Amino acid sequence: MISEVSIQSLALSRGGRQLFSRLILNLTRGEAVALVGRNGAGKTSLLRAIAGLIAPDEGTIAFGDIDPAEAREAIHLLGHLDGLKSSRTARDELGFWTGFAGGARGALDAAAARLDLTPLLDLEVRRLSAGQRRRLALARLLAAPRPLWLLDEPLSPLDAEWRARFGEIMGEHLATGGMILAAVHDPLPLATRTVEIGR
Amino acid sequence: MSPIAILLGRETALAWGKGGGPMVAVGFYAGVATLLPLAVGSEPERLAAVAPGAAWVALALAALLSLDRLFERDYEDGALDLLTLSPVPLEIVCAVKCLAQWLATGLPLALAAPVAAIALGASPQLSGLVVACALLGGLAFAFMGGIGAALSLGARRGGLLTAVIVLPLFVPPVIFGGGALARLDAGLPWTAGFALLGAYAAAAVALGPIAMAAACRNALS
Repeated sequence: MISEVSIQSLALSRGGRQLFSRLILNLTRGEAVALVGRNGAGKTSLLRAIAGLIAPDEGTIAFGDIDPAEAREAIHLLGHLDGLKSSRTARDELGFWTGFAGGARGALDAAAARLDLTPLLDLEVRRLSAGQRRRLALARLLAAPRPLWLLDEPLSPLDAEWRARFGEIMGEHLATGGMILAAVHDPLPLATRTVEIGR
Repeated sequence: MSPIAILLGRETALAWGKGGGPMVAVGFYAGVATLLPLAVGSEPERLAAVAPGAAWVALALAALLSLDRLFERDYEDGALDLLTLSPVPLEIVCAVKCLAQWLATGLPLALAAPVAAIALGASPQLSGLVVACALLGGLAFAFMGGIGAALSLGARRGGLLTAVIVLPLFVPPVIFGGGALARLDAGLPWTAGFALLGAYAAAAVALGPIAMAAACRNALS
């Protein structure tokens, strides 16, 4: 599995406009980096480029000696869009994403319990509040462990209590050798390196 | 369970579920088949002559019905992003989606097709071939239709665009299947048309997912 991300002189553009160039970023096991920058600076685009969804103009994104196509299986992406179908129950959706990402069957219940979702599992996703829905998306990260978490504004719909609790969860992920790259406006509830995009 | 089996279960549940399930497709099919005698005239001889062909065209139109949501719902809610981050190649994901589409609409339509054909006055002896053609044709419709659905991702009124892209791709199966049925009806050898329909369906299943995956990647980038 991947144990480092190394970005060299990366340039990205969207819709004909260059967002940033000559970006250098290195991430190793147990490390979290907070990406900051004004709206539209390219934080989301950078996360999507690392996930292999956007091809960079220049530069490279390497995952040690792992092939980028293989590295995708080691990435969790959590964006503004959470990939949850509103017409299905939380259990169906979490179960699908857990199974599809190769998580164990019992992992679903453990992840749901960790995020206090157990009583909500039989509700349709549309019945969940924004914060509950975000917790359901976060449960996916726990149910199918993958080393690299790419998080886009992970905290925004969460209340103060859940921000702190998600901070603990991120801390545990780092302690087990995980890596986190998070685009944020508010500081993350754990010590991180900060990289500013679009300067 | 393997990720592919899990994906097939979810896609079938989604295709079967709200807003575009088998009942909608079959209901639409029955509606088109009912409109036809009203337009063509209800003389049995005239109707019987066009019955197998009409059943076919109605089938192609019904197959179009739920295509526009095939990729769009996953594109809109971000699920398509996550589907690319897996050991399952995007080509296989696309193939599984089309297979689920076929299970949820193609299969029920194939069962409804002989009923519609007989109701329009086609000979009941054609029923077996009608079902077989509808099954194979449905597979071609689902996989060729998937290309149109993937290409129109992100477009406004994507459903209409899908129809315009896809209808030309539906021409060969309609010709081959309709031809086989007409020849069987006339007592002539029919296997050539049926074999060509099978070949077209096989090509759609083999090549469609490659085109769909490329179109999805383009839409996501």
